[in-house]
Amino acid sequence: MSVEVSSAASEPSSFPGPSKAAWQDVGAEGAMTAALPHDVDLSNDQLRSLYRLMALSRRVDRQAINLTRQGALGVFASSHGQEAAQVGSVFALEADDWLFPTYRETVGTFARGVDVVDLLALFSGSWHCGFDPYRYRVAPLTTPLATQALHAVGLAMAARIKHDPIVALTFFGDGAASEGDAHEALNLAAVYAAPVVFVVQNNGYAISVPFHLQTRTSSIALRAPGVGMPGIRVDGNDVISVYGAVKTAVDRARRGEGPTLIEAVTYRLEAHTTADDTTRYRSDDESTEWRARDPVEGFLRVLREGGIVDDSFLAEVEAEGEATAARMRDFLFGAPAGDPLEMFDHVYATPTAQLDAQRALLGQELLAAEES
Amino acid sequence: MELTMAGALNAALRDSMREDDTVVVYGEDVGRLGGVFRITDGLQAEMGTDRCFDTPVAESGIAGTAIGMALYGLRPVVEMQFDGFSYPALNQVISHVAKYRNRTRGRVGLPMVIRIPYGGGIGAVEHHSESPEAYYSHTAGLTVVSPGTPADAYALLRASIAFDDPVIFLEPKRRYWLKEDLDLPVSAPPIGEAVVRRAGATATVIAYGPMVTTAMEAATRAADESGWDLEVVDVRTLSPVDMDTLVASATKTGRALVVHEAARFVGYGAEIAAELSERAFGYLAAPVLRVTGFDVPYPSAKIERHFLPDADRILDAVARLLEY
Repeated sequence: MSVEVSSAASEPSSFPGPSKAAWQDVGAEGAMTAALPHDVDLSNDQLRSLYRLMALSRRVDRQAINLTRQGALGVFASSHGQEAAQVGSVFALEADDWLFPTYRETVGTFARGVDVVDLLALFSGSWHCGFDPYRYRVAPLTTPLATQALHAVGLAMAARIKHDPIVALTFFGDGAASEGDAHEALNLAAVYAAPVVFVVQNNGYAISVPFHLQTRTSSIALRAPGVGMPGIRVDGNDVISVYGAVKTAVDRARRGEGPTLIEAVTYRLEAHTTADDTTRYRSDDESTEWRARDPVEGFLRVLREGGIVDDSFLAEVEAEGEATAARMRDFLFGAPAGDPLEMFDHVYATPTAQLDAQRALLGQELLAAEES
Repeated sequence: MELTMAGALNAALRDSMREDDTVVVYGEDVGRLGGVFRITDGLQAEMGTDRCFDTPVAESGIAGTAIGMALYGLRPVVEMQFDGFSYPALNQVISHVAKYRNRTRGRVGLPMVIRIPYGGGIGAVEHHSESPEAYYSHTAGLTVVSPGTPADAYALLRASIAFDDPVIFLEPKRRYWLKEDLDLPVSAPPIGEAVVRRAGATATVIAYGPMVTTAMEAATRAADESGWDLEVVDVRTLSPVDMDTLVASATKTGRALVVHEAARFVGYGAEIAAELSERAFGYLAAPVLRVTGFDVPYPSAKIERHFLPDADRILDAVARLLEY
């Protein structure tokens, strides 16, 4: 059976309006609908909150790139252009829900409330995970691709066993979708009807390898019927549609109706990381085209047209962004290295004789270095 | 009551599940069937399908979901059906299971047990007789346990389930049918303690898992046939290893060998030999010897007995220690 996806329907749509969303559904037999309109229940306050988080995210992202160029971060994976996909998804979660991000989802994790300085510890090199997962109900930013999707499924299975009405949302990318763990996670979640929402940010590239070399299909969402769960394809640059699609999936999961696979089609406007060079694999024309669909600017345009934001609100958001950026500079620039001896502290709950001996050895080295 | 190691493991799982309702058991065929070795026999019937359930055939998925479960406060005890099929889960084990506590600066520990039937000697086809202990023992953050007797199988599995860190629990499958008189529950030795199984003066034989029985057989024969009085030390917890007990024994006898089924090169015995030479050098009358499998892929069933260390091979090595 071949699966027909109209190319027009797969193109990201223009913004339909502040509370109007649209997305494509993948039916049980694999057929994908055209983008259908949906009403999304968001108050003007919520719309402003969404914009605020997206605008702050962009400022955080830009500051992180600058801090990398200045040497305060070792490397950074930018979310520039993917703010709607991340913030819109996270906005659909309740306080007790769990988020399983990758290194790409810094702004989604920031939008979840994780302190930005702690969030960037992975990139500044101060510790692998700088925040307390239990405090925010956010797992560490995961680097081995798609591995965290299984953690989300396991946590969701545990929540079901304990009869807790919570949902686990995990992100992964179009590249990670090729990993075995992505397939295992989708299948296991479906088998156990686990309350998981999988949000695949399809940004067109796995570092340099384009989407059409990652899969022979036109959409990651088409995998959903293969494992027996609903699939959705949504314009990842339209925050209202992302929110609406993810909220639908979150609600479904919370009702005990199982997982959903959502593909948010977006574009990484920056390089894969600060160590990457996009000129070797993609054209200026392509990124120019996507810049015209900028998710933050597009949303602002719609909000302005709807009279939902005014200049004083925008000035407040900008000032908050500058304050956040200043805080990043203050705490990430010249931040002291931690105590080297701490590397021994958290390997096991109870210290081992072997590690105690090695800790003493390093302690002597440090002392000798101090004295010389 | 006479109990096999398989029965002792089954009892340990049942008792742990009865005592702590956060303990969940899952894996391939562990539910309705009770596991291919019947270690989980009857658990689903007693505890229900939320507490003991079958999974799709997905070993990375089994290990990966266990991480999420532990993160949420359950104590998952998962089964890898065979040693040779545990490798798809290695990425989850090495990249996450072992590292989560350290990554989160001690904020998130992962209490979980990954049970793996391991080792050869049962005439199995390829991929069913592997000894992967060095991979796990080499990985910081993992605790690696392998019982040698039914009593230890019960006690160490219970201790592993109650442990606050992830445990790789290696079950010597050729000893599943080994019997011992036991009154359950036997009290748990702490994780991280080796035990002197047989006190002796001539030389120390260090063993674990399936080779404990082989080493004891060698010691009995040595006493009968040669008048040698061998000390047998059962490592029990491979990592973190109780080196003090091993050093004390080698220091006492002055001669030591370490025996395992796994290949020799960069094997577990190499670490033990190196540590003994560092810490007991002045007390040793001979170099520490290794009696191990050969550096070949595990051979097919009809010739596996030539690969596996046996009592003869251990006694030959003891002779070399004495004739040094």
